[in-house]
Amino acid sequence: MNATTENKTDAVVRIHSLSKKYREAEEYSVNELSLAIPRGEIFGLLGPNGAGKTTLISMLCGLIRPTSGDFTINGWSYRSEGEKIRKNIGVVPQEYALYPSLTARENLLYFGSMYGMKGKDLEVKVDEHLDHLGLLKYAEKKIETYSGGMKRRINLIAGILHSPMVLFLDEPTVGVDIQSKNVIIDFLKAYNRQGATLIYTSHHLIEAQEFCTRVAILDRGQVLTEGTAQELISGVSQARSLEDVFLSMVGKELRDYA
Amino acid sequence: MHKLWASVKKESLLLLRDAGALIILFVMPLALIITVTLIQQGSFKTLSNAKIPVLLIDHDHGSVSKGIRENLEGSGSFDIVSEKEGRLLTEKEARNEVFSGRYPMAVIVPENLSEDLTRKVQVNVDKILKDVGIGEDSLATFGDVETKEIRLYFDPATQLAFKSAVKNSIDKMVSELEVQSVYSLFQEQLSDSVALLSQKSFLHFKEIMPVHGSHELIPNATQHNVPAWTLFAIFFIVIPLSINLVKEKGQGTLVRLRTLPMPYSVVIMGKTLTFLVICMIQFYLMVAVGVYLFPLLGLEPLQVGGKLPLMSLVALCSGFAAIGFGILLGTVSQTQEQSAPFGATSVVILAAIGGVWVPVFAMPVFMQFVSGLSPMNWGLNAFYDVILRNSGLGTIFPRLVLLLVFFVIMVGISILYDEKKRAV
Repeated sequence: MNATTENKTDAVVRIHSLSKKYREAEEYSVNELSLAIPRGEIFGLLGPNGAGKTTLISMLCGLIRPTSGDFTINGWSYRSEGEKIRKNIGVVPQEYALYPSLTARENLLYFGSMYGMKGKDLEVKVDEHLDHLGLLKYAEKKIETYSGGMKRRINLIAGILHSPMVLFLDEPTVGVDIQSKNVIIDFLKAYNRQGATLIYTSHHLIEAQEFCTRVAILDRGQVLTEGTAQELISGVSQARSLEDVFLSMVGKELRDYA
Repeated sequence: MHKLWASVKKESLLLLRDAGALIILFVMPLALIITVTLIQQGSFKTLSNAKIPVLLIDHDHGSVSKGIRENLEGSGSFDIVSEKEGRLLTEKEARNEVFSGRYPMAVIVPENLSEDLTRKVQVNVDKILKDVGIGEDSLATFGDVETKEIRLYFDPATQLAFKSAVKNSIDKMVSELEVQSVYSLFQEQLSDSVALLSQKSFLHFKEIMPVHGSHELIPNATQHNVPAWTLFAIFFIVIPLSINLVKEKGQGTLVRLRTLPMPYSVVIMGKTLTFLVICMIQFYLMVAVGVYLFPLLGLEPLQVGGKLPLMSLVALCSGFAAIGFGILLGTVSQTQEQSAPFGATSVVILAAIGGVWVPVFAMPVFMQFVSGLSPMNWGLNAFYDVILRNSGLGTIFPRLVLLLVFFVIMVGISILYDEKKRAV
């Protein structure tokens, strides 16, 4: 087990002493966090509510600016090469982040265009992904008519149309039926096998244990531990699952915050 | 360019599928302009065709009260009423009728007005004639004659403009009657020695209209209403535009947009171009209604002449200003409950201080200054410059620049605000 793997070789994401304190907050949401995420991994960021997962991902995606510290993605600094980073990352937010009154195809063509894709290439890519996720026959239906699981799948396609080298997934399977969840997980694993790095947050520890090749447990804005699920389980006495490791590290008390 | 075009296409699809927004953007302004112009036109017709009932209480029964009655009746605007249930009304009854709102006004002619006026004029004429050596020594002197007053009662709900117009008319009428009396008495006294005096007014006024080519530009309700309400409609784009931006926050699409490899300005320009097209469609629809539909409804047609290009330019710049305001409102608002009421109210306020309802010159001095800060005032004046004052591009250019600068400032603030939000 290794609390910080900042110096791991061939890390696609390198985070160094990254901190974020919201203007009206009393405490740091992310506090001097350092982490290296190896290329080609499915990397799970796990933690209780308020641990700093979403804040960390928001900084890595360029949605909010860090208070201090630094990070690079594929060696590009967010300070000077933000455009390169944005071109090579994909984001699948927890919200559906789709236009309800547009069809699935219209949504995907729009977001693909925003990544500089166009013409036949874009159309082929859209059809391929829709087909892989079982949505091709619903492509001309408006998103507002879709079920939650269908929306999640379109939300996923919108994030990977441009084949990003790093894909950020914020609770990509929350609130979906088991069939949709399996399709999503299988699709993501296949995408990972093509060489992409997936950075994933979830509260589903069983899902994370099965899905992720490495995980980090965060709390109070810092990395408590990081490694493969098996490494983490074997490092905690009497732990049989990632959930046992998680509870032993962050405790059982409620973590409500507002 | 490809991204911008994709943004425009997306915004157009979103708008086309939003029935509420389409109604706000196209149906409401057309309904507004037709309704307002019909009402205004109807008011003018009421004044000229259907007469306003006026109570006239005549305590004088002389030539002056007769003259007042004839003048009021002769104006064609008033229907004179002096009796109720077969008997003459008293001043008290007339006052009650007016103050209770059953009649808009009453005119009370005092006792002996004609006689006292004659006496007063007689004294003055005699004095003048005596001073110039024409008058006779034996002329009687009547001493000072008391000033008389014609009392007017108005329904308290009567608009000030109507009261003012009626008071001015009666004042003018009484002055003319007084002058006529003077002339008549002089004529009577001097009939043997001078030719008949002309009692016709020497001074008249004539309103000179601006000329476009060989045609006079005669203002009418349509020429005022179409530009004013077109501008109002253009600024109402603030509501659907700000809601569009707020929805993107709620749907989470803004989060995705911010992670895309493009500046936020591309998103803003996509919205600007789309809504600018909407503004211009609104404008041409309003003009078409003014030119083609109004005559069919019995209203004055909008006279466009060769001014459509300049009018289009004003509409375009006004559209930019409205869109800038909408973008700022949508950027700073967090919910539709914030943006929609604020947008609607602020457009009404901008219209009010811009002079859409009350002319700027009729406002208090401070409000006239405030009016100069309203983009709707710049747009309205530019429209009036073109349509009513026959001005060219040189005259309206400063106003157009102000509208465009307003757009740039609004969008600039929006982008800065967005940047600041990322650094929370």
